[in-house]
Amino acid sequence: MKKLINSPNTFVRESLEGMARAHPDLVRVHFDPTFVYRADAPVLGKVALISGGGSGHEPMHGGFVGHGMLDAACPGEVFTSPTPDQMHEAAKAVHGGAGVLFLVKNYAGDVMNFEMATELAHAEGLQIASVLVDDDVAVKDSLYTQGRRGVGATVLVEKICGAAAQKGYDLARLTTLARRAALNGRSMGMALTSCTVPAKGSPTFELGEGEMEVGIGIHGEPGRQRMPLAPADSIADMLSQAILDDPAYTRTIREWDPSTAAWKEISLVSEPLRRGDRVVAFVNSMGGTPLAELYVLYRRLDEACAGSGIHIERTLIGPYITSLEMQGASLTLLRVDDEMLGLWDAPVKTPGLRWGI
Amino acid sequence: MTDRDTLGRKEIAAWLELAADALQAARDALTELDAAIGDADHGFNMDRGFQKVRSLLPTLSQQDIGSMLKSVGMALIGSVGGAAGPLYGTGFLRAAAVTSGQQELSPEAVGSMLKAMLAGIVERGRATPGAKTMVDAMTPAVEAYDRAQTTGAGLCPALQAAVDAAEEGVRATIPMQATKGRASYLGERSIGHQDPGATSCALLLKALHSAVCRGRNA
Ligand SMILES: Nc1ncnc2c1ncn2[C@@H]1O[C@H](COP(=O)(O)OP(=O)(O)O)[C@@H](O)[C@H]1O
Ligand SMILES: [Mg+2]
Repeated sequence: MKKLINSPNTFVRESLEGMARAHPDLVRVHFDPTFVYRADAPVLGKVALISGGGSGHEPMHGGFVGHGMLDAACPGEVFTSPTPDQMHEAAKAVHGGAGVLFLVKNYAGDVMNFEMATELAHAEGLQIASVLVDDDVAVKDSLYTQGRRGVGATVLVEKICGAAAQKGYDLARLTTLARRAALNGRSMGMALTSCTVPAKGSPTFELGEGEMEVGIGIHGEPGRQRMPLAPADSIADMLSQAILDDPAYTRTIREWDPSTAAWKEISLVSEPLRRGDRVVAFVNSMGGTPLAELYVLYRRLDEACAGSGIHIERTLIGPYITSLEMQGASLTLLRVDDEMLGLWDAPVKTPGLRWGI
Repeated sequence: MTDRDTLGRKEIAAWLELAADALQAARDALTELDAAIGDADHGFNMDRGFQKVRSLLPTLSQQDIGSMLKSVGMALIGSVGGAAGPLYGTGFLRAAAVTSGQQELSPEAVGSMLKAMLAGIVERGRATPGAKTMVDAMTPAVEAYDRAQTTGAGLCPALQAAVDAAEEGVRATIPMQATKGRASYLGERSIGHQDPGATSCALLLKALHSAVCRGRNA
């Protein structure tokens, strides 16, 4: 293993310390428990938007803390969900009296840890809601799996909702928007290499020179399928077709109902993409794939969308939700309307994403 | 050691110590199992959690069994992360609830403790048997313990039956296709691999058996 680290045990902490020093105008980092929060938190009267997940996906989530995006992010160990006390303490530290919205990626660990944090925060008297992001079309069914994973759409949902919170949406309206944004996102990813979790010291899986993994998540894990390596255009076609042809997806999830202070099961449907839809297109590097290769993929994605009558309104190209140094990429299309597009364009000022300000 | 067939506070402490030893020793093996069908962290997560528990042991010595188990649950929830943290954490909290105020547990009470632990895991994770999770080790263990109990077996034989059933449950996860947890994303590719969480669960039960029964002529 060759990495720019001092020790696997101190890696996450030292990286966060570095980020805090690099961006003192934007973020602060709290330890024991660990969370990254806006330098100007709490923003009074604003709903606090909090996300979190394992480390190793940088810049997500800590790099998206700041004006117009997240109020706090809770990083776990590498690829390991954070613990409930992190979200609970972050919520207490950054809430501005208008409630807290948790944005949660759909992984068993993230969901359970956020559920416990929700219960703790509620017991403390905080007004709390949470929305699940589950956009990975590589997972076909929700009956025989944990349900679709939260991947690329998470970044877009955090941007859109962060802008809405900044604009003064109240908790109910923000929750509705977050759910709508999440339901309209679809992603699919692939890997050319695995990656090495520092504590483990060797790659999570081995992939031959002529092979690729298709339908991966963001934790360096193997995907749905191992296939012979193909040219970039074929890969772009395969990923974009999986997204464009994805039928309606229905799942039942557990959501915290702030009005009754209890969990309730709700059924949600993602409608398929249709001719005439407008989207934000996101081509993401898993960490080790250079920008130039992402543009090769985008070139083809743009053609595929045009062929299907999908209008790409905005693009985001780069490493935003990564798996350490894994080579590979994911494509995300998120259907937008005027409201979401306006929020996408709104100013954002975070270590990892910045425009308009 | 009492002559009575009970499980006392000292044995709970010994259990936690032995569990910490076992999970430390199995750290890399559990992580390898998780690398095959998950994200290569289960061994680290469990080791981190039980080293935290180990560090608490000196502060637990004056507490009743319920309080000890509650501290363990809270420590696991606050240090393990991932799926295993809330699952084992909730399991220990439920076990604490049915042993609160107790200085020692009868064989029946041990059965209730194990049952409560399983109920906590299921309540939090909503996995049913056959989903290729820790539930597939814990469920047969609880059932085997119960069966041994009702046929009049003492504490140690019943715990031995639980350990045997858990280990068989672990092996039974190999041909299963996962439908819960991270491994479920692999679909059919999860078949042929042993579940890491079931494996750690069997280790915990084995540590309990050793703590109670070493030196006893079962
Ligand atoms: N819903 C669930 N119910 C019961 N056990 C589960 C569930 N989801 C996952 N597990 C268990 O958790 C283990 C994985 O734990 P760990 O690797 O620590 O967490 P993560 O999957 O978040 O990385 C699996 O091997 C499985 O036994
Ligand atoms: Mg894992």
